[in-house]
Amino acid sequence: MAFHLSRIPSSLLHGLVLSAVFLVSVPPVTAEEVNVYSARQEALIKPILDQFTAQTGITVNLLTGEADTLLPRLQIEGPNSPADVFLTEDAGRLYRAKAAGVLQGIQSETLEHAIPHTYRDPEGYWYGLSLRARVIVYSKERVRPEDLTTYEALADPKWKPRVCVRSSSNIYNQSLVASLIAHDGAAETEDWARGLVTNFARPPQGGDQDQIKAVAAGQCDVALVNTYYLARMLNAEEEADRDAASKVAVFWPNQAGRGVHVNVSGAGITRSAKHREEAIRLLEFLASDEGQAWYAEHNQEYPVTGTVAPSATLREWGEFVPDTLNLSVLGENNAGAVRLMDRAGWK
Amino acid sequence: MSSQSTLHRTGVQIPTFSEGLSVNSWAGGVLLTALLLSLPVLVVLASVFYPSADIWRHLTETVLADYVTNSILLMLGVGAGTLILGVGPAWLVTLCRFPGDRILEWALLLPMAMPAYIIAYTYTGLFDFAGPAQSFLRAWFGWSHGDYWFPQIRSLGGAVAMISLVLYPYVYLLSRAAFIEQSVCVLEVGRTLGCGPWRSFTRLALPLARPAIIAGISLVLMEALSDYGTVQYFGVATFTTGIYRTWFGLGNSVAAAQLSACLMMFVLSLVLLERYSRKQARYHHTSTRYRPIPERSLHGLGAVLAISACIVPVALGFMLPVGQLMIWALRSGEALVNRDFFMLVGHSVTLAASATVLALALALFMAYGKRLYPSAPAEFAVRLAGMGYAVPGVVIAVGVMLPFGWLDNTVDAWLRTTVGISSGLLFSGTLFALLFAYMVRFLALSLNTVEAGLSKIKPVMDDAGRSFGLTPRTVLRKVHMPIMRGSLFTALLLVFVDVLKELPATLVLRPYNFNTLAVRTFELANDERLVDAAGPAFAIVLVGLLPVIVLSLSISRSRPGHEARP
Repeated sequence: MAFHLSRIPSSLLHGLVLSAVFLVSVPPVTAEEVNVYSARQEALIKPILDQFTAQTGITVNLLTGEADTLLPRLQIEGPNSPADVFLTEDAGRLYRAKAAGVLQGIQSETLEHAIPHTYRDPEGYWYGLSLRARVIVYSKERVRPEDLTTYEALADPKWKPRVCVRSSSNIYNQSLVASLIAHDGAAETEDWARGLVTNFARPPQGGDQDQIKAVAAGQCDVALVNTYYLARMLNAEEEADRDAASKVAVFWPNQAGRGVHVNVSGAGITRSAKHREEAIRLLEFLASDEGQAWYAEHNQEYPVTGTVAPSATLREWGEFVPDTLNLSVLGENNAGAVRLMDRAGWK
Repeated sequence: MSSQSTLHRTGVQIPTFSEGLSVNSWAGGVLLTALLLSLPVLVVLASVFYPSADIWRHLTETVLADYVTNSILLMLGVGAGTLILGVGPAWLVTLCRFPGDRILEWALLLPMAMPAYIIAYTYTGLFDFAGPAQSFLRAWFGWSHGDYWFPQIRSLGGAVAMISLVLYPYVYLLSRAAFIEQSVCVLEVGRTLGCGPWRSFTRLALPLARPAIIAGISLVLMEALSDYGTVQYFGVATFTTGIYRTWFGLGNSVAAAQLSACLMMFVLSLVLLERYSRKQARYHHTSTRYRPIPERSLHGLGAVLAISACIVPVALGFMLPVGQLMIWALRSGEALVNRDFFMLVGHSVTLAASATVLALALALFMAYGKRLYPSAPAEFAVRLAGMGYAVPGVVIAVGVMLPFGWLDNTVDAWLRTTVGISSGLLFSGTLFALLFAYMVRFLALSLNTVEAGLSKIKPVMDDAGRSFGLTPRTVLRKVHMPIMRGSLFTALLLVFVDVLKELPATLVLRPYNFNTLAVRTFELANDERLVDAAGPAFAIVLVGLLPVIVLSLSISRSRPGHEARP
């Protein structure tokens, strides 16, 4: 063996001490940098961060991860956390970060001017940076769009067993249900969830693209999915993906009423931010026309500002009426939504 | 048990006072290390003292029954699956000769390099309702939805199959090492007493290999219980997904920790139950006469059956998913090999290698310390530290972050008030914290393997060595290590491959600008870009294969007396 076991205790100790010396972090000394904790994965965010660096000379250090576990890390690191910006998907998660006390409110005229007030925190703790809608997709073969109206109507027995949707552990479903609680009340929403569960074509499984594929393959007739997944499939390199996506169509629900459920990906400045100015500049850059155009083109999301056109695929689906509920409410109702879905048997 | 007479009943010797300080420092070191490593587990266990009755009422009324049943069924299914897939082939390749046996001997280890979540992606891609297999059937026979039955891949049964297919090598590896190490004398005595080949397998070889098989199965069960990627993807509600949901969905970290504590208690009671059932029986060999195992040549139907039994696990657990990964990787628009790629490989390998060496050193230190100076507190602390393996990685990660974060912030605050400087975060968010988490999570792997190896060495060997005036450490180095070479290699391999595949803790604890293959795979797959994820996934499998093959070869050469030690 390569190492001498006769000296294990002492060599182990040496090893540990040495590793400790080499592995502990060195406090940052450079001035022009900003540290980002991102729940959006590297491929979806790194290119636009590189553009920011190229334009401003500010280095961006990136740590990607799951939103749900980056938040505890921020909390535990506390006042010494190196993070300046917390980037994540879904207003429900942004709300959680605010509630956990890891963000700070900032005032920026640029941001307030660019981003409609429903898509940002009233106190400036977080700002939405890209927009998506959770829509009904239906089989072009087996469903007539006239048969569809609202989310609420999907609980109607005529859809039994024709509905596909992913697990209720997923934040997109939680936020959708949170919005229904806000509009219809908890009791009515719970009845709706029970009805929807009895209409499931199969136990909830997979992601949004899997629901689209299931509709295309005939396992179900309608599904609830986020818009960018369908847009991405339509533009995929995989022929099978494009094929499946072409067999379904988008239906904008609740257009006669409150509008379709929308949500954002967004960011906030952390409470511990040591590069506050740089962090604000980064957010302003992401909300600029250049940043918004990038989101639209590469991620197939709707620009949040309204000054930039969506991608060609998204334009084909036409205009829609978005729900104007302030997205903070999604966060407030989140835990209630999860419990409600537990009770309704939505796995 | 008919083999009872061959089992040597004995205690372990008591240390003498003449060993002085080294006795205490070794025993104390074991206790201290074990306690440090159990810190994250203790942090989780401490949660039971916080009240959260309301949320528990909700859980028991709604989803808890599902979590419990599914977890138990998953455990039973994976236990049975890995037993069948692992032990039979191990016996066949060790004691029988049939065409292709030399290749299958190491090929049976290949699925080990395949992370469970990745095999789940590939099988779903192939066999889901919308996948090519079912689409082909529908097109061929003109069926549509509801016209035919096809096993639902995303289900509890599917999860059992996926996890069994990639975890059976643990059982295979450990039971094969045990069969190789077995003294032929026992088997020959069996034959003179009239045992046929089947009876000598079931009545002698199997009971004698029990510590190794149990060690393998318990590793498998712990890993199955802590699996998150597969069950989450398949939509099966288990304890692990329940912990995530309670924590992040219901926003209740206390109840989530309490669920983890329940899971740990359950595993701990299983471990104790197994120990109790084994009672005082010891499984080392009474003879030191080793010679090549007499091998039976199989022909005709026997050979066909043997080949099938060995080829099915390899085909389903490795060739099929790797084939799918390759097809995806070739179709993907993402270039597989670029500047980034080598950095990812470098990070993954460095992390896995450091963790492996550290885990083996710790395991030897602790297992041997326990053998020399057994004490109830040390035994308990070591068991507790080993519990980390049954805890979902993300819970470990938070269990690691909490004490480190507390330490960092306390030191910082103290320095600020006394000398007016800020130390910032010293440990949090460093590779040190990550390696510590790996130890907490994977120590059980190396520890169980090393202990299984040690348990087969007669205490007489210790006594003989000591009577020549050797110190305990020299006995370990000169006597035990050569005998245990197979077990040590196994421990190295298990930890290396597992760290390579590890995801949740790496994702949460890693420093800035530091990515690994597993992280990249997850990010792409999580974004529903399976085709793009195939490249890094394939790389994990490739990197994991090298040590699997190298170590597999050295194990087959490790039979005592089979070959002179280099």
